[in-house]
Amino acid sequence: MNKRIYFGLYGLIAILLVLPFVVPNSFYLDLAVRMAINAIIVIGLNLLIGFAGQISLGHAGFLGIGAYASAVLPMHFGWHPVAAMLTGAMASALLAALVAKPIFKLKGHYLAMATLGLGIIINIALRNEAQWTGGPDGMPVMPMALFGVEIASDRHWYWVVAALLVLTVWGSLNLIDSPFGRALRALHGSEVASQVVGVNVARYKVSIFVLSAFSASIMGSISAHYIGFISPNFADFFHSIELVTMVVIGGMASVYGSIVGAVLLTALPQALATFEGWETVAFGAILMLCMIFLPRGLVPTLAARFGKGDDK
Amino acid sequence: MLAEFLQFLFSGITVGATYALAALGFTLIYNASHVINFAQGEFIMLGGMLAVFFAQMGLPLPAVLVLAILVPALVGVLVEKLAIEPVKGAETVTLIIITIGASLVIRGLVQVWLGKNTFSLPAFSGDEPIHVLGATLLPQSLWVLGVTALVVVALWYFFNRTLQGKAMLATSFNRTAAELVGINTSWVLFMSFAMSAALGALGGILITPITLTSYDVGIMLGLKGFVAAVVGGLGNGLGAVVGGLLVGILEAMGAGYVSSAYKDAIPFVLILLILFFMPRGLFGGKSTDRV
Repeated sequence: MNKRIYFGLYGLIAILLVLPFVVPNSFYLDLAVRMAINAIIVIGLNLLIGFAGQISLGHAGFLGIGAYASAVLPMHFGWHPVAAMLTGAMASALLAALVAKPIFKLKGHYLAMATLGLGIIINIALRNEAQWTGGPDGMPVMPMALFGVEIASDRHWYWVVAALLVLTVWGSLNLIDSPFGRALRALHGSEVASQVVGVNVARYKVSIFVLSAFSASIMGSISAHYIGFISPNFADFFHSIELVTMVVIGGMASVYGSIVGAVLLTALPQALATFEGWETVAFGAILMLCMIFLPRGLVPTLAARFGKGDDK
Repeated sequence: MLAEFLQFLFSGITVGATYALAALGFTLIYNASHVINFAQGEFIMLGGMLAVFFAQMGLPLPAVLVLAILVPALVGVLVEKLAIEPVKGAETVTLIIITIGASLVIRGLVQVWLGKNTFSLPAFSGDEPIHVLGATLLPQSLWVLGVTALVVVALWYFFNRTLQGKAMLATSFNRTAAELVGINTSWVLFMSFAMSAALGALGGILITPITLTSYDVGIMLGLKGFVAAVVGGLGNGLGAVVGGLLVGILEAMGAGYVSSAYKDAIPFVLILLILFFMPRGLFGGKSTDRV
């Protein structure tokens, strides 16, 4: 693996270690936790978009499955939160595999349509099954406990998600440099060419989609426990779009770009809150401007400009 | 039994006609540029909201109709000129995000301007229902169906009998070849945005007296129009119309016979089934790729 890639990882670890001691108050710590959660989801989604060249417009559906598994199973059936989280993630992965298998035999952006449909169906089900999910009002989530220790404060959660983020970045960088990742990159370059040299195109695409759904579901569970409350908005179309936007703004096929995208777009609504009523307009305008002037995303564009070249 | 069935059928084809107009809009833009325009739903919303606004100003119905179609068409052209043309040839994801950005800007502006209330528009020719075999049909439904049928015929004529229409068709088959024979393809792109915005707006105006409107109705209507376009085989005009009607009818039947709570899920279940079993849609041709 390229040494320079690891510099980025060390830099990230350094920032994560220092951050909780320099943030002025708990508001910023909370923001940091949510940024890290989004970054992990976006890295998974970016593997799909940036390397497999496929869009998911329903990723918030998988977040929703994870979140509601963690809310409903412990609450109504007395499950242990960890068991609930893993069950949700397995369910998400299974659903992703079921949907993706027939889709990836086709060429074109059919996954976008299928995931769009899937995400909306999940959202409607969450809204309607009020006896389990609390309907549109949402429901509280019981706290997470590991080995009898309750993870409760923002600071606890910060260390948990920071560790997960480092693991995710490390894992993704390795994955991209593995034969699996090389196959994925070949796929994005030319599907036909990679097929010719023996890459099982459909299988790789399904695996990466299942992996990203699994990771999204786990992070959905973690968000649910962290916030302590969950509503169907968490799993709606707009949230799916936000996640795709984070990928594209940060930079497709760029792990660090995903972090940048997640950080910026998580902070943006806070920054826009001062625009009272104009938030939607401002958000939309920023999206369009970014895409028009930086179509490859921030990190790859800047990396190219400053001649670093390698923009993983 | 029959009365109930007819009732669901009437409401299904009425909404279905709106989906068909939206689906035609998707098809036009997709053919001209391979962009899936996620702002299509906002044109439907814009048509309805502007009609309400102009009607409340006291303008006569014909003026309301013309203005509420022209303004969205202008917005569509602006979106194309300012946001789509500068990034020609960008990746599909980039283009999708741009149209989503455009939809947020349009929705946000309408929300700031007209607020979050739900508005209604008086029906074009009264609310006296017509009785057909025990079911009732609103006169407005006849307006929706009649105008949609006219539009479909007009579009057919445009694409098959006029030079401009044929130029647009040629561009959708092969852009480079079209440019080589002297077709101005940026004009085609311009026209397709103007036309699909106008079509969406028209659908929005016609359906508003039945379903009411607010700043956020565009999301669902647009997505269902998109489903209709895919059901019919993305890029196929006839398919878009049939797809729209089919989605509308199935939705109404599902709401009536199965579960009204899951009404909105029906089009999306349909799209999953279509993708699994006939991925090119009902009318999509076979595609081959040159390596």
